[in-house]
Amino acid sequence: MIALAALLCGFIFGWGLLISGMMNPTKVLGFLDIFGAWDASLAVVMAGALAVTSIGFAWAKQRGTPLLAPRFQWPTRSDIDRPLVAGALTFGVGWGLAGLCPGPALENLASLSPRVIIFVIAMAIGMMVGGLLQKRAIAEGPAY
Amino acid sequence: MNNFTPIAAAVGGALIGLATVLLMMLTGRVAGISGIFGGLLSLPSSDTTQSDKIWRIAFIAGLILAPLTGTFVGHALAEPQLPASWPVVVVAGLLVGIGTRIGSGCTSGHGVCGIARLSPRSIVATMIFMAAAIVTVALTHHVFGA
Repeated sequence: MIALAALLCGFIFGWGLLISGMMNPTKVLGFLDIFGAWDASLAVVMAGALAVTSIGFAWAKQRGTPLLAPRFQWPTRSDIDRPLVAGALTFGVGWGLAGLCPGPALENLASLSPRVIIFVIAMAIGMMVGGLLQKRAIAEGPAY
Repeated sequence: MNNFTPIAAAVGGALIGLATVLLMMLTGRVAGISGIFGGLLSLPSSDTTQSDKIWRIAFIAGLILAPLTGTFVGHALAEPQLPASWPVVVVAGLLVGIGTRIGSGCTSGHGVCGIARLSPRSIVATMIFMAAAIVTVALTHHVFGA
């Protein structure tokens, strides 16, 4: 049941990216390129998503438990630490280079484009490297 | 701004929000794509079990299925335009992977789920990755003129 729900959610999410044009790296780069022919569409996509999600999450918090699972897994951390800042910086540079973030990258696998396949493999390797870096940082204790 | 498509952007954005709320309401999970995908990679820092992987695979399958069904209603499946240079494609992928792992999220996890909860971590992360991406595009498109 949970897998079916996840499939449906992924499908709706994918349609959202498709309709909004956010599957298209050129359109994403059009937003990030503030010194070129700037395209504000991505900001509208985020505003639309945030409007629905803010209301929906507030409703979920009032309900107490999800329909198919024992509890809501809300993230709990609120500290701004070095990995968060370094990670966001690193991600931003990669996003700016190709115009792909993880959602559209995976969704574009549908086209079987060799460049997308290589990008996703590199992204998976990057995540494993990032996991190793995290593990080492935890073993060595805080670096500040 | 002749490329601006506000209606399609608002409708698509609302659908992304709907999927995000539905995933939370049904499964109690945050719809952060880097986290969903990362959980499949048997990362040393994660303790993902086999049953936990099934919903992740299902979500990503749904994501990939969407543009395939789109071809039936006039959304032609186009090959996305990525950098011509293979090394740039590889480096971009590596940076996105490392960064979203260390930074605990991407555009969906921080930019939508986190900001919707007014999480300070997500607000800061989103401002940083947006700024870093904007600077990267400015440098590659205008300063070094790719």
